[in-house]
Amino acid sequence: MRNVAIVGIGHTGFGNLSSMDLVDVLGFASCSALEDAGILDKRHELVEQVFVANMGAGRVNSASAIASALISRIGLEPAMAETVENGPASGASAVKLGMMAIKSGMVDCVLVTGGELMRAVSGWEGTDFVATMLHTEAEYAYGLTLPSFAAMFTRLYMQRYGLTERELAMVAVKDHENGAKNPYAHVKVPCTLEAIHDSENANVVNNVVADPLRLYGMCPVSDGAASLLLCATDSPKMKYFKKQPIRISGIGSATDTHCVHMRKDPLVLDAVRLAAERAYAMAGLGPRDISFAELHDAFVILELAISEEVGFFERGKSREAVVRGDTRIDGKLPINTSGGLKAKGHPLGATGVSQIFELVKQLRGEAEEGRRVANPRHGMAVNFGGFGNNVVATICSKE
Amino acid sequence: MILDEMEKKLRPPELELKPYPPKVITLADGQKMVVRECQREEIGVLLETVFPLMQVESDFYDIVAARMFAELLGWYRYRVANEFVMVGAIDGEIAGIVNSRLVDGKVGMSLHTMTIRRGLRIGAQLFAAKMEHHLEILGQDEVWIVAESPNGFKRWMIEYELEDRSSQFPAIRHELGGVPTFVLTRKLYDAVRDQKVTGTRPVDAALLKTAEVLRAPDKYPQIPGFRRE
Repeated sequence: MRNVAIVGIGHTGFGNLSSMDLVDVLGFASCSALEDAGILDKRHELVEQVFVANMGAGRVNSASAIASALISRIGLEPAMAETVENGPASGASAVKLGMMAIKSGMVDCVLVTGGELMRAVSGWEGTDFVATMLHTEAEYAYGLTLPSFAAMFTRLYMQRYGLTERELAMVAVKDHENGAKNPYAHVKVPCTLEAIHDSENANVVNNVVADPLRLYGMCPVSDGAASLLLCATDSPKMKYFKKQPIRISGIGSATDTHCVHMRKDPLVLDAVRLAAERAYAMAGLGPRDISFAELHDAFVILELAISEEVGFFERGKSREAVVRGDTRIDGKLPINTSGGLKAKGHPLGATGVSQIFELVKQLRGEAEEGRRVANPRHGMAVNFGGFGNNVVATICSKE
Repeated sequence: MILDEMEKKLRPPELELKPYPPKVITLADGQKMVVRECQREEIGVLLETVFPLMQVESDFYDIVAARMFAELLGWYRYRVANEFVMVGAIDGEIAGIVNSRLVDGKVGMSLHTMTIRRGLRIGAQLFAAKMEHHLEILGQDEVWIVAESPNGFKRWMIEYELEDRSSQFPAIRHELGGVPTFVLTRKLYDAVRDQKVTGTRPVDAALLKTAEVLRAPDKYPQIPGFRRE
């Protein structure tokens, strides 16, 4: 089976880009990836397929068929192009499809770009739009949203494992510390434990959004795009790329019941565990081999729960790792070195691609001073769709 | 003195306003922001702070800055009745400004909220302090409010669940351009007070001292590369 490497990466700043056009934003990230690879002027000869990850352009931006639009915007005709929609896991799903297209032998070089402009609508409309991924009759119809699901999940986790609000706040502080050093992050402002938890002003500064989750327990609503250029390592095209290739050594995905109430235990995220196991199996690696990870912390509780499901920590023990500082940038296993969704932001379709962008940046040694992992070999990203009903895990390795 | 007599006629009658007791808020990044009322003598630094933002089109900063500039000048030159101005200051540097005025003893007219430093909910804290002044310190019944930007609409109209009185136009009409008027009543304020209003009093003397002399910001996140001439 052919190996696949990432040979170019691109990213826009995450934040409020609502005055821009979605396809322009996708185009900026795409051209950045092509430029990073050193093939902007040879793109017509080299790129054969484009996958665009996006969840809501049809609804939020009144734009459809955006892969075709992107091709024209950046002058890539006649490359093949498809849009991939898999909820918040669209980004990593698009990378998986790109990898499959290369491994099948159909193509050698694929551009994967994910992007979303969510701030075109109000936060309430955005929350409602994201909630459309839930079960229409059993969940959405009753007013359930992703923040409310995460709040219930958090409350149950607290009851079972003794997690405290202070420990949750420590995850946010760590993520914001990393995000403040990431030029692409939506929120570049660090926060302190005193301010968001201990101070007498904390109840207002870090207000409750969905009890027990507070403002600093959830990601911002963001716009942005990220892009990766993939190529078969045995392809003659490899000679054109100027940057160190980073291999996608493993990728796996899995699904779980659409309705959360149908799971035997709502705290067990089977799809996360299975996706990770499949990625580990493909890579021939295990959790102990991973140097750092980007985990889908749309809500800070998910960073903890996912880190346990992928085998980094025993169930219920990740909070102890946070308190010890193990997941900080200088800890044993840095998690969300980019700031995570919590601080970097979460433009749905872009997120999975952006997580892998961060793996590449760290493995190349290009991360900014102060948030650079020391000598990483293997990085893992987990892109979480629905409320854990469709998850993609990816492992990237430095040769 | 003919001019003095003329000037007296030009000046609006003023209500005597109780002073706003300063408070300090620990922001999310750990910085301490002193919230205090401004004096007319501080007009220079306030105008200096607002002026550069008149060129910033995004988030309606241009309209808010231009109108606030005029309102501050009007306050300084006694052309606006019963106006008060408050600032949030971090180590003496102005992080945000709010202004408002009293129509009479019962009704407040919220004018503008200007956030300089972004990402710390400074505007939200200052707006809450302004409402605290109207309803708790000055003892008014309600405050009339409009929003010029979508951000303002989300922060005030939606989050405070303000009462929409636009159907009562023109009987109820905010002074800013006749746009739809929303109202914060005492009942609505009491319902959200614990989630919106914070701050510690009294402010430690050393901390209060840092906010005694205000400085205009050196940098504006809204104006990349800004340099004060």
